[in-house]
Amino acid sequence: MTKKMMQGCRAIAEMATLCRPQVVSAYPITPQTVIVEELAQIVADGNLKAEFVNVEGEHSAASLVLGASATGVRVFTATSSQGLLLMAEVVFNIAGMRLPVVMVNANRSVSAPLNIWNDQQDSMTVRDSGWLQLYAENNQEATDLLLQAYRIAEDHRVMLPVMVCVDGFMLPHAYEVVDVPSQEEVDAFLPPHKPIYKLDPGKPLTMGAYAEPDKYMETRYMIQHTLEAAIPIIEEVAQEFKRSFGRSSGGLFEEYRVDDASTVIVVLGSVAGTVKDLVDDLRDQGQKIGVLRLIAYRPFPKEALCRALGNAEDVVVLEKALCLGSSGPLALDLRSAFHGRPASPKISGFTIGLGGRDITGDDIKSAVDRAHLQLTDIDFVGLREDLELEGINA
Amino acid sequence: MPKAKERDRSCDHLFTSGHTACPGCGQSLAVRLVLRAAGRNVIVVNSTGCLEIFSSKFLESSWEVPYIHSLFENVGAVASGVEAALRITGQLDDIRVIAMAGDGATADIGFGAISGMLERGHDILYVCYDNEAYMNTGIQRSGATPNYARTTTSPPGRASLGNTRPKKDLPQIVAAHGVPYVATASVAYIPDLDKKVKKALSIRGPKYIQVHVPCPLGWGTDPSRTIEFARLAVNSGLFPLFELEEGETRARKIAKKVPVEDYLREQVRFRHLFGKDGSLPEVEEIQGIADRNIERYGLITKQTG
Repeated sequence: MTKKMMQGCRAIAEMATLCRPQVVSAYPITPQTVIVEELAQIVADGNLKAEFVNVEGEHSAASLVLGASATGVRVFTATSSQGLLLMAEVVFNIAGMRLPVVMVNANRSVSAPLNIWNDQQDSMTVRDSGWLQLYAENNQEATDLLLQAYRIAEDHRVMLPVMVCVDGFMLPHAYEVVDVPSQEEVDAFLPPHKPIYKLDPGKPLTMGAYAEPDKYMETRYMIQHTLEAAIPIIEEVAQEFKRSFGRSSGGLFEEYRVDDASTVIVVLGSVAGTVKDLVDDLRDQGQKIGVLRLIAYRPFPKEALCRALGNAEDVVVLEKALCLGSSGPLALDLRSAFHGRPASPKISGFTIGLGGRDITGDDIKSAVDRAHLQLTDIDFVGLREDLELEGINA
Repeated sequence: MPKAKERDRSCDHLFTSGHTACPGCGQSLAVRLVLRAAGRNVIVVNSTGCLEIFSSKFLESSWEVPYIHSLFENVGAVASGVEAALRITGQLDDIRVIAMAGDGATADIGFGAISGMLERGHDILYVCYDNEAYMNTGIQRSGATPNYARTTTSPPGRASLGNTRPKKDLPQIVAAHGVPYVATASVAYIPDLDKKVKKALSIRGPKYIQVHVPCPLGWGTDPSRTIEFARLAVNSGLFPLFELEEGETRARKIAKKVPVEDYLREQVRFRHLFGKDGSLPEVEEIQGIADRNIERYGLITKQTG
């Protein structure tokens, strides 16, 4: 392993290279662009033997890696925001066809209004597509999850696509020290892809068949069943990662000072760093508070989460996404997981940091204070106070 | 099931019977002919449409070659991915990629992906089965629907004579990408189709063949007369058969020119152009299109004209 100060995009591209994808296809979109620029250069320099295919849009980028994956090779793509939405049809298709595609999504807001900055509305939109979704806190974890993503996706017990979500700009454009493993270490952890099925004239088969009402439902049953079965596999791969690389990374979620906490903040992604700092401050002030950072959002590890959060009085979910007209997606999932159980914490939900709005310690503290005061279904934190906003509870 | 060796004697069955295409379907016949010419070392990538529906039902596939269907508009990109995978694994000398799509997938919804596939130079044969409307969804107008054809979304009425726009000139648009081989073919001219498929597959890079395939359901023609109508389309000059290669255009000459009326009159989709008092002037306009095709592609030699 080599520890290097590097930009997140570079770290992700280097890890993608170490995973030896044979077909890479992507379409440029901020803030994913640098990842694929780096990969293009790596291929141009002869340091990755892969077909790097420039396409005319994200729908085709996803379709191209779909076709390549169906032909039996390991593939990589990356996108963000509008690109992911344009891909959405193919995203569902890839999962339905049980192809182990791995994609990095640089999380960005969704237009209109056009905004290139970070939130997680994009990946939340395809959370129910059959993909596994792993959210990274920092660039070290982003690269580690990318490596683990291939192991999980290509596991014959899974054979489903994996999306590694990294907060746009926060990670891809940040410089951090990243421990990049050697090719030998990666090869030992990630053996060559051995597809169960592929397009091969020597053994013809029909892929993407159409299914009538007497067959379709079973395909969804099987994906649901596989996703549930993937929960221990995600943990298993994380444990093996620890054995191979000597440090923890990945798994279902990370708990920080949760053990005796009466209040637990639940988040996804890079905001966890700010939250942990605040938790330390509040602990110093005597509050029993911790943070649970969810890594595996799909499959949603209901049982493990209920065990981890079951002793808390208050759960405060801070989300960079919103089901407009309903509530926060993660808060809804958590409430649903606890529904009908004898002991459930009060689960309050807050929308924060949309479109790159800064998230400060004060914002997080105000959400915690509000949750302590009153159970909150959904409320915004960090709204401007100098604008008149109708219909919002101030 | 015959053993593999016996099956190799003929490639006639690479697209097997038992599929659910309508009686008289021009497309199903053309698919069988294309595969017969191509042989078994191919991977077929198919867009959503009639072909996919009538041939790929789960557990009832008609494909004896590897086949993949993904979505409606991405056949160009999926085929590109299959080709890229074969290229990087060194299999492209042995395996040919054939993309198959209808005219709607080609002219309209999938056009961007096809343009990308052509421009990038992938080694793929793209076959467009042209039946001149969205037949799978129930005969709606596509960009390849000809002038004045009735479709369910371009119906004639008191204020309309059907589809008001000319057929999109896909072969020339494809050729403008600078690809090495473009051809049109017809399900009625089997040796010609066979020759063009074999020739296309002998050329590396993107190739395009547009095959005219009558649809009895969509055109309102008798299923037993599919080949007859395909032949009339060619011999009227409305569907010229040609090859565009290295800047050269070679056309298949028309043996005996027929007036467009002979082609149009008995199709329900053009019936509104013919009344008790004779044909509408629009029939003459369509004749003009045929005449311009004959002139443009040199479809008639002086002796036969």
